[in-house]
Amino acid sequence: MLLAIDSSTGTSVAVVDRDGGILAERTITDTMSHAEVVGSSLREVMQEAGVEASALSGVACGMGPGPFTGLRIGIAAARVFALATGKPLVPLVSHDAVAFDKYRSGHTGGLLVVTDARRRELYWSAYSGADQNGIPVRVEGPGLSKPNDLGHADLVRVDATTVSAGALGMLGELLYATGGAFAADEALYLRSPDAVPSTGAKRVTA
Amino acid sequence: MNDVVTNRSNPLVLGIETSCDETGIGIVRGSTLLSNTIASSMDEHARYGGVVPEVAARAHLEEMVPALNQAVAEAGISLNDIDAIAVTTGPGLSGALMVGVGAAKALAVALDKPIYAVNHLVGHVGADILDPSGTPFEYPTIALLVSGGHTSLLLVRDLVSDVELLGETIDDAAGEAFDKVARILGLPYPGGPQIDRVAAAGDPNAIRFPRGLSRPKDMEKHRYDFSFSGLKTAVARWVEQKQDAGLDVPVADVAAGFREAVADVLITKALAACADHGVPRLLLGGGVVANARVRELAAERAEKAGVALRIPPLSLCTDNGAMIAELGAQLIMAGHAPSTLDFSADSTLPVTDIQVR
Ligand SMILES: [Zn+2]
Repeated sequence: MLLAIDSSTGTSVAVVDRDGGILAERTITDTMSHAEVVGSSLREVMQEAGVEASALSGVACGMGPGPFTGLRIGIAAARVFALATGKPLVPLVSHDAVAFDKYRSGHTGGLLVVTDARRRELYWSAYSGADQNGIPVRVEGPGLSKPNDLGHADLVRVDATTVSAGALGMLGELLYATGGAFAADEALYLRSPDAVPSTGAKRVTA
Repeated sequence: MNDVVTNRSNPLVLGIETSCDETGIGIVRGSTLLSNTIASSMDEHARYGGVVPEVAARAHLEEMVPALNQAVAEAGISLNDIDAIAVTTGPGLSGALMVGVGAAKALAVALDKPIYAVNHLVGHVGADILDPSGTPFEYPTIALLVSGGHTSLLLVRDLVSDVELLGETIDDAAGEAFDKVARILGLPYPGGPQIDRVAAAGDPNAIRFPRGLSRPKDMEKHRYDFSFSGLKTAVARWVEQKQDAGLDVPVADVAAGFREAVADVLITKALAACADHGVPRLLLGGGVVANARVRELAAERAEKAGVALRIPPLSLCTDNGAMIAELGAQLIMAGHAPSTLDFSADSTLPVTDIQVR
């Protein structure tokens, strides 16, 4: 059983079980309210699933790509929840959950998952298909592009406005069961902080 | 999250502070400090010459779990032992605050403990309770909180129920002015300790720089407010005139004169607040308290004015989680109910909002 958190788009939190499926899920699509809603969402899914934290086998976390302010809140919550309950963190690429959901509902062949990166840019990941276990095979990305520079025109494009923590968690369960690899435990900002190194003081007198 | 604090008389509280560039985790039991863990991203900001909010927020995310682990180990407790969590919800840098808020809420749900969303500035005042010198804290007090992020003058009648903002900076924070003047003088970031070091060899009266908002007209409207932007410009202009004339800049005298102007205006206004309100107590807080001249001038003039001066140890003056934990503990001991889980980070949280429900 996994608690799953993804804040790469809105805020999605779920409790999932390999056999029982998605036991509880809350998805808030607002992309500006992560810090407000993450706590109540966590409490609600735990209560609705009727699960004690001690019964979890881990905490799945969408590591992005995603706009940084929101993305960080879900990762901070997931890491701290894992620490406090003594459970392992299961880091996953958020786009993989979108692809997993598509393949699970019958799609076959290539897929390009696209999410909003703001500032007129897009995050994207390219998939060739799902493997025999149903795990999406990411062949390129996650990357960041201007809309006009987005490649992979041959792939079926999915513009995702939300990433489901339920799907993310079920992917985590499947990776656990099949011995698949998790992502690295690092936030996928794919952008440097906007800051210019100081070049000394500017003159005030003309 | 549990809404009931089981131990109200001597609660074990963990505090999380991420309002600026320090990731602070503090643990207190009642009024006793058990751990004050601080991970600073200051070095990462040096090449930018000031705190970059996004750099600070990224560092908070990376430091959160290591700092929690270290604080718990230092306090000799387990996370399950804590009675409540306190977290800074504002004022501060919004993206930075949100990391702490997200972490604190997850901790509250995972441990099933109540959470207290508290005010950073009032936390600075609460830091004094943890002062190991141990004299009992008395109210009312005037509090002068000066750092790179804020310059505020408060009248504190009661830490958990009655804090009034008398004045604050209308432009730069005092700590920012130190950073900017250091840059004008070619000194590295952070500017406070550099100016302090260089000024030691200078004459504070060689150059008289302006005291912001101190003229009679300003004192009517901005009696307790501060302004450091004009001072910074005056320093820059003075230095540029020397440079343009091909003369050496007397760095030590400029630093000493600037530092004197800042210290003078800070302490003058703080003691005016004491006199006006008949409060014979002044508490200093914030990182600028590390400045030797600010402390010295405060001690000198407070004594003359018959005002008792309190300055907590520096590790409790700079931003830290212990002061947040202590404010949480004081709220609990005064019988205040916890916050709900739905509060948000508020970068401009007014000082009158001691706790956000
Ligand atoms: Zn502060």
